[in-house]
Amino acid sequence: MKAIYRVALPLVAAALAGTAAKSAAAADIELYFPVGVNAPAVATIQALTDEWAANNPQHSIKAVYAGNYEETTTKALTAAHAGQPPAVAVLLAIDIFTLIEEDVILPISDLATSDEDKAWMDGFYEGFMKDARFEDKTYAIPFQRSTPVFYYNVDAFREAGLDPDAPPTTWDEMIEMGKKLVVKDANGNVTRWGTRIPTLGLGGAWMFGGLVVSKGDVLSTETGTEARIDTPASLASLEFLLSLAEEGVMAPGGISWGDTPKAFLEGQTASMWTSTGNLAFVNENATFDWNVGFLPGGDGPGAPAGGGNFYIFKDTTDEERAAALDFIKFMTSPESAAKWSIATGYVAPRPDAWETPEMQAYVAELPQALVALEQLPYAQREFATFQRAKVTQYLVDAIEGAVTGSVDPAEALQGAQEKADAVLSDYR
Amino acid sequence: MNKRLPLGLACIMLVAPCALLVAFTHYPALRAILNSFWNNASSRRPSRFVGLENYQALLADDRLAQVLVNSTLYALGTVPLAIVLAICMALLVNAKLPGTALMRLSFFMPTMLPMIAVANIWLFFYAPGIGLASKILGIFGVAPINFLGRTDTSLASMMAVAVWKEAGLFMIFYLAALQAVPANLKDAARLEGAGPVRVFFDVVLPLLRPTTIFVAVNALINAFRLVDHVIVMTEGGPNNSSALLLYYIYTVTFGQRDFAYGATLTVLMVAILGVLAIFQFWILNRRAHYQ
Amino acid sequence: MSRSLNRILFATLAAVLAAIWGLPFMYSVWTAFHAEQYSANFQLDAPLTLANFVRAWQAAPFSVYFINTVILITTVLIANLILCTLVAYAFVRYRFRWAGFLFALIMVQLLISPEILIVENYLTLATIGLTDTIIGIALPYLTSAFGIFLLRQTFMTVPRSLDEAAQIEGAGAWRVLWDIYVPLARPVYLAYALVSISFHWNNFLWPLIVTNSPEVRPVTVGLSVFATVDSGVEWSLVNAATLMTTAPLIIAFIFFQRQFVANFMRAGIK
Repeated sequence: MKAIYRVALPLVAAALAGTAAKSAAAADIELYFPVGVNAPAVATIQALTDEWAANNPQHSIKAVYAGNYEETTTKALTAAHAGQPPAVAVLLAIDIFTLIEEDVILPISDLATSDEDKAWMDGFYEGFMKDARFEDKTYAIPFQRSTPVFYYNVDAFREAGLDPDAPPTTWDEMIEMGKKLVVKDANGNVTRWGTRIPTLGLGGAWMFGGLVVSKGDVLSTETGTEARIDTPASLASLEFLLSLAEEGVMAPGGISWGDTPKAFLEGQTASMWTSTGNLAFVNENATFDWNVGFLPGGDGPGAPAGGGNFYIFKDTTDEERAAALDFIKFMTSPESAAKWSIATGYVAPRPDAWETPEMQAYVAELPQALVALEQLPYAQREFATFQRAKVTQYLVDAIEGAVTGSVDPAEALQGAQEKADAVLSDYR
Repeated sequence: MNKRLPLGLACIMLVAPCALLVAFTHYPALRAILNSFWNNASSRRPSRFVGLENYQALLADDRLAQVLVNSTLYALGTVPLAIVLAICMALLVNAKLPGTALMRLSFFMPTMLPMIAVANIWLFFYAPGIGLASKILGIFGVAPINFLGRTDTSLASMMAVAVWKEAGLFMIFYLAALQAVPANLKDAARLEGAGPVRVFFDVVLPLLRPTTIFVAVNALINAFRLVDHVIVMTEGGPNNSSALLLYYIYTVTFGQRDFAYGATLTVLMVAILGVLAIFQFWILNRRAHYQ
Repeated sequence: MSRSLNRILFATLAAVLAAIWGLPFMYSVWTAFHAEQYSANFQLDAPLTLANFVRAWQAAPFSVYFINTVILITTVLIANLILCTLVAYAFVRYRFRWAGFLFALIMVQLLISPEILIVENYLTLATIGLTDTIIGIALPYLTSAFGIFLLRQTFMTVPRSLDEAAQIEGAGAWRVLWDIYVPLARPVYLAYALVSISFHWNNFLWPLIVTNSPEVRPVTVGLSVFATVDSGVEWSLVNAATLMTTAPLIIAFIFFQRQFVANFMRAGIK
């Protein structure tokens, strides 16, 4: 009896002290996040925030869906400049330099200082932490991370006499198999293309980064002051994109990011290169057998890491920051990360999330979900520099100009390089 | 002769409403000029006077050159096309054919829709291979066109969207004008043996001129003012082939957060509109003079 | 003979043009009322469904967006009606120095509308702390040059004798305005209101820039936020949302087609 008291009393005391400490640090925080109309995904975010709020009744949280990634960053920046930033936001990993330059975020490593915190931060995949750091500080915590993967229509592969268990792994194989996958109607018009790699806009630039990585180079480095647009690897990548169209494997002209999953589901293309964040959408809507593989590579596998990280904003009170940090810990806990990953297809950013029973069951049922994780060791950071919006636009213009045939590829890359250098020289 | 306006009334009737108008029309236009002489402030670097540096950047900006070409083509394409179509629609609706109500609904419906909704609708309509446009082309054995993914079709596709949205509104104005055409004028022309085509060109069209001027001015302003569809459908791409001036101002300022250059571009925009206004005024005056 | 042939030709042309014009919208309707797998796939026997509307409605706070839009257009409309009436009245009924110059200055807004000046107007709004508010969206539109112009034209047609007769009976400036000018301009007010409502219901870029929170977003911004996604765009869902957000205007138009057309005509003729 006494023994029980001896154990129980400190527990009760600690619990009381805990609640006392917690209620003293009450905060109302706001979360900006960029998740699509995919209703289950929104519902999952809401469910997770509700759960956190229920566990922390002294706090309250409001989840604000602010549009796509770029729109959400714009909104967060304008709110921050108006002096009313969200306490925490999920924004593109590549926006780290912009956010630092605009001086609106805090290094999370300055907030999470206990040994326990450090252990927590060390528990993320290194591949996703690379673009969360700047000058020895950690500014972001990985959340909805992704790499693109190669989705393919298994039925189409069978129909074309290809082995559905051996998707293309190299660019040459992609072209060769792609040709066999093309179907034409009586008029000679293509009704099914071999593959589809988005080439327009930010999504196109992201995919392009993956091609460059597979050729053994990167488009940018961790300093944020170097753009490597005009390199042999990127010229080869651009030429690969052009050759896909020339060989009749892919539709000529620019290919939009948004239409791509739809085109795949409609059977307009036998395969597509797109974010693993589309897994749930494809899984739900596909009327045919499909599978996922590594992105075919130039000189071996390669992919860009992408997606969004948590950031904590500067113009906030200590209480809000503490609450935000606690919220991030909750959202990246194995259980929450697993739920989020299952709802969307994003890669859970911590190994321990993959060990949860939910995740194990999910992977058993949908083994495609593992591919992005297995591809992770071959992934490099996405194109990111200071003045990200401006510099990325140069890259986007170069890619779009080349694939639409309006500019010579080498010239396009060279022009983009010069403009990027002109902007970034101020930062070196 | 009107009474002199007493001071108290003037304050209520003129000063308060006009102050609001000036604060959001004249003041920002003037401040854009001032701000265009300063560089962009960031949290680490205060704004500093740079003289004409932003204007030098303006001259060296080849994306801007493309954007100006696009905007010009866009205005030259949408305004006459919308006017011609609006006149045709008005004639058809006015002809007392069966199904006029349905026809009017079809023509006028796009006008009621927000541009953002129109853009959503057309985005799916255009989607190569899967959208309705491709399916229709397919019926005629034509290969799908990648409307928004080609530099040579993207701007034209944006124009089609704008014309679709606006022609119906202009039709209404022409309808009003047509119904105001005196029947005896037309009868007189017919008595002289003029066919319907002659009647239209010799009698009706001249009477539509005031409407055409009104519509043209409106359409021209809209061509510069409305870029919602560009934001939703192409983001100015591919390779800036569908970027319009206001869209460019929007991305430079709010995407790239370069408020100084945004102000410089605003000055350019205001200058362009000013020149257009003077030009219109001059044309109107000259025409009036000849009559 | 040739007349009736002409007529048939005319009718065919009309039918074809109307059909082409209606296609994109009909396509949107088709998609919104069918499941996602039929959205690019026309099977006439595909089952109709309202599920897209239900899901869209639940996925985003559209009711809030609608309320915001209603607040926005009401604010703008009431302010417009009052302020434009006052200015137009002053111009028509009084003489004062610089009247011509002031009128020209006002008319500048017809050309350089607030949408053109988003950069500086945003900075102004940020300075006075009204970003992310509905009044902030409305502010640049509260006085409308178009409204002033329209009402001035109308007030000028009010017979002088009526005005003078009222003055003889001892009516003051406000009385005259309220008893004589406003009633005579009633159809113009109605026409202007329709134009203003449809303009502000449809306005997008400025509200997009000004708003951050769902609590203040008007439907256009809400719709765009709903439709811009980075993964898996569901056409049927987006089209359902598109129709839903425009439904009030469309339904109103279908019911009051004649009046709409007549009023838009009136706004244009002036």
